[in-house]
Amino acid sequence: MTGPPDDCLARNEWICGDYLSTRRQILVDAVVQHLQLTSVSVLIALAVALPLAVLARRFGWAAGPVLALTTVLYTIPSLAMFSLLLPVYGLSAPLVVAGLVLYSLTLLVRNILAGLRAVPEETRQAARGLGYGPIRLLLTVELPLALPAAMAGVRIAMVSAVSLVTVGAIVGFGGLGNLIYSGMNTYFKAQVLTASALCVVIAVAADLLLLGVQRALTPWTRAVRA
Amino acid sequence: MDEGGARVKTLGDAWAWLGDPAHWAGDDGVWHRLTQHLVLTVVCLLISCLIALPVALVLGHLGRGGALAVNISNVGRAVPTFAVLVLLLLTPIGTWGDGPTVVALVLFAVPPLLTNAYVGMRGVDRSIVRAARGMGMTGRQMLWKVELPLALPLVLSGVRIAAVQLVATATIAALAGGGGLGRIITAGFNLASTPQVVAGAVLVAGFALIVEGIFEAAERLAPGWTRGTRRRAG
Repeated sequence: MTGPPDDCLARNEWICGDYLSTRRQILVDAVVQHLQLTSVSVLIALAVALPLAVLARRFGWAAGPVLALTTVLYTIPSLAMFSLLLPVYGLSAPLVVAGLVLYSLTLLVRNILAGLRAVPEETRQAARGLGYGPIRLLLTVELPLALPAAMAGVRIAMVSAVSLVTVGAIVGFGGLGNLIYSGMNTYFKAQVLTASALCVVIAVAADLLLLGVQRALTPWTRAVRA
Repeated sequence: MDEGGARVKTLGDAWAWLGDPAHWAGDDGVWHRLTQHLVLTVVCLLISCLIALPVALVLGHLGRGGALAVNISNVGRAVPTFAVLVLLLLTPIGTWGDGPTVVALVLFAVPPLLTNAYVGMRGVDRSIVRAARGMGMTGRQMLWKVELPLALPLVLSGVRIAAVQLVATATIAALAGGGGLGRIITAGFNLASTPQVVAGAVLVAGFALIVEGIFEAAERLAPGWTRGTRRRAG
């Protein structure tokens, strides 16, 4: 007769190597879902935020309402945001994506607009003097100069999204949040700690990756500092 | 019924849910949950201010620990609230009733308070500080009479961000069994009652917007020198 196994899983320890080896597939699936939900959300938010910020910059009257609306959206707690979208999307991944897009919008619009506003007027006039039309001015002068501020917004939005996805566990699409949620219900310490730590690792890795992208896209900012 | 009609019906049902007096009374009722949410937010805001502001003001006055004060905000953003709530629930703190909720709320309210107050203190024009020193002010006098008044706009903006953050965190606490308006939402999910989920979400969103509105109004009514340019740190 063998007794019950006496390993760290049976003892319900916080840190457990056996958990990692026996639940590898579950963890990989959760990480993949986590990454998909966050990256899709931030990309959609970027696609919506860019024209909004450009509009708010071009037409002064649009800036007030756009900023007010995004601030109101940002004030609504994440759990309430997902719940308000329930009648529209049901228990689905698009619900979580839509909620995250609304959050990221605020951060992105605010930062892109700040970047566009910070472009010096002389620079704009110099480009006009060289015969740049409004579109070419926007694409080749204003947007590149706004890039550092915009990327700062993308980084904050990405890190926030990585952390907020976990709340999506309430509808079953929370990436690593699903593991935290089920770990809570079964009092499974190793699962909760491992999933939580992975969330932080993903957030830090995404932040560093975006920092690298920013450096690669804006070589001139380094030249100035050096 | 088409999909659009179903959506309108859900909103109507949520409205009807809110209109039913039975949902407002009792331990699971709206009034009780609202009181819990309000008490949690106010108490934790006070505790966080008592912890964060003295530290930030002294560090800012001395000009030390800047990297810590500024980076703690970014760390706070990267750590999921939900994960911290569940981790606390599984530790011995979890047996103290509202313990995990209060600890998690304070943990997430401290970073914006700390960062904003520190940045505000360091943002005070150095020539003004030097002038105060030249007039023979002691360090304590400079802190209270020169630096703090000038840093006040950013300190208060930190309090505002922390308050909104607290309302949101108290809502997520419901996922880990904490009290507050979020419980109406989680109970709605457990009952598979979309009207209750939407009604709870409307209550939470309304509560958060009222808190934000109170700070906005206070900022407008306050004397001009407390205002200054609003910046969000981090």
